[in-house]
Amino acid sequence: MSLQQLTIAEARDRLRAGDVTATDLTHACLSAIDAGSPLNAFVHHTPDIALAQAEAADQRLRAGDAPSMCGIPVGIKDLFCTRGVASQAASRILEGFLPEYESTVTQNLFDAGAVMLGKLNMDEFAMGSSNETSVYGNAVNPWKSGDAPLTPGGSSGGSAAAVAADLCLAATGTDTGGSIRQPAAFTGIVGLKPTYGRVSRWGTIAFASSLDQAGPMTRTVRDAAIMLGAMASVDPKDSTSADRPVPDYEAALTGDIRGRRIGIPREYRMDGMSPEIDALWKQGAEMLRDAGAEIVDISLPHTKYALPAYYVIAPAEASSNLARYDGVRYGRRAALHAGDGVTEMYERTRAEGFGPEVQRRVMIGTYVLSAGFYDAYYNLARKVRALIKRDFDEAFAGGIDTILTPTTPSAAFPLGSMQDADPVEMYLNDVFTVTVNLAGLPGLSVPVGLNSQGLPLGLQLIGRPWDEGNLLNHGAVLEKAAGFSAKPKRWW
Amino acid sequence: MSIDPSEARKVAHLARIAVQDEALPALAAELNGILHFMEQLNEVDVTGVEPMTGVEPMRLKRREDVVTDGDMQIRILRNAPDAREGFFAVPKVVE
Repeated sequence: MSLQQLTIAEARDRLRAGDVTATDLTHACLSAIDAGSPLNAFVHHTPDIALAQAEAADQRLRAGDAPSMCGIPVGIKDLFCTRGVASQAASRILEGFLPEYESTVTQNLFDAGAVMLGKLNMDEFAMGSSNETSVYGNAVNPWKSGDAPLTPGGSSGGSAAAVAADLCLAATGTDTGGSIRQPAAFTGIVGLKPTYGRVSRWGTIAFASSLDQAGPMTRTVRDAAIMLGAMASVDPKDSTSADRPVPDYEAALTGDIRGRRIGIPREYRMDGMSPEIDALWKQGAEMLRDAGAEIVDISLPHTKYALPAYYVIAPAEASSNLARYDGVRYGRRAALHAGDGVTEMYERTRAEGFGPEVQRRVMIGTYVLSAGFYDAYYNLARKVRALIKRDFDEAFAGGIDTILTPTTPSAAFPLGSMQDADPVEMYLNDVFTVTVNLAGLPGLSVPVGLNSQGLPLGLQLIGRPWDEGNLLNHGAVLEKAAGFSAKPKRWW
Repeated sequence: MSIDPSEARKVAHLARIAVQDEALPALAAELNGILHFMEQLNEVDVTGVEPMTGVEPMRLKRREDVVTDGDMQIRILRNAPDAREGFFAVPKVVE
């Protein structure tokens, strides 16, 4: 096995044992990244930083001061501000922007000794489910079925493609409506969206502030536990960062879920859902039952309204967050015509700098927040959001430990296949994941099987707030029972 | 509720995004499609429900009202498309 194929846990143990160095591991990943350029996953390369960090990690390892992420090469989604390194949120409007500061997530990873290989492709400002709204062009799924290239999902599509294709050991993602979990499911990897407030949002370019949460994208559940432990912190720079100590998530992986109650929400059985997904969901429930859990049918009656509520709230918050891109303080300013004033400068800069999906969402957000429509749309959506959260609260109060659902309504689809579709059709990708963001809960996607075309499918586990440890433990049991070990056949 | 091309122009202007006149009808149609999708929310009985403001009932953290950072004018201006004499520069605002 090549070094870049190791899991974090395996690499950590070999680094500590001294039979591999962080520098070796980093060189292996850098070569894999060069060879992997057809995947268009890495969009800014930082080999010099990587090798310097690897050398520092090797020194720490030799000195016996090596946290779990020490010497582990990772990719960073382009949404995280990294000091002196392009951080564009895959948008033209942030062309040339070199942050003068480091996001808390990347700083935490660096403090833990992680090695940054470069920045990863994504949908522009994390708005998209196929990585096709990126200014860098789309990332490509390493999995194939037939000749048509497939989407790796989105918005964290570059992160998913890079981890699935063994270009890095793990990657950071962010998830506002499913942007970690859907691409994880589409590429056969593990993706975790933590409880809102577990991971600091400071220095992560904002999309929808009440929904955004960063998390790990890894090859195993254990790796997700290790990496979450390094990413999470209590951060005075983010007023919504929770004052809760970060537990040892890896220690929670006991493999014992006997007596746990797993909820199966009937509202997630959608009309027209693929029979393969339905069958996989049933198999997943049986696996957890065989491990000693009790399977309980539950109801989350407002599920159906999660998507429309999300597509009011997220664009509303986005329209206000993205107001800062005005061509004045950072990023790209449009060329001005003679006699243009400041308004023309704003309007031209934003028309040239934002892609069509971002423009659409900013305008929808502007509309639902505008005088006369605020109550009809925005406040109504926030009330429905309260009801969606109440559904989950009641399920957990009724003794449910974890909820099991499919992650996505389908497997990865061909790039370009949604080009002429209504924007709302693309939004349906988030139907099973978006509820979790609205309620602020932790959600984990675990690869469980392949469909008839040989493409990976994932199941989602939803946990109680702040209960990532138990959630990951359930995920590890599911992962073990499913025994998913398929890898994409290398074509790049 | 529905958006016509003149309403679309107003929204685009509020959002400070230049849209060509000929693109307004298509934009209006697209926005209407999305608003129509949102109108499902009217089916929900929200009587007596307070709008959700946060996922956890917690009071936002406060800190001492003191200067904690500063003196970094050069770093702040470094990414500006146009900075002059220690300021952000923009086209003339007042005639």
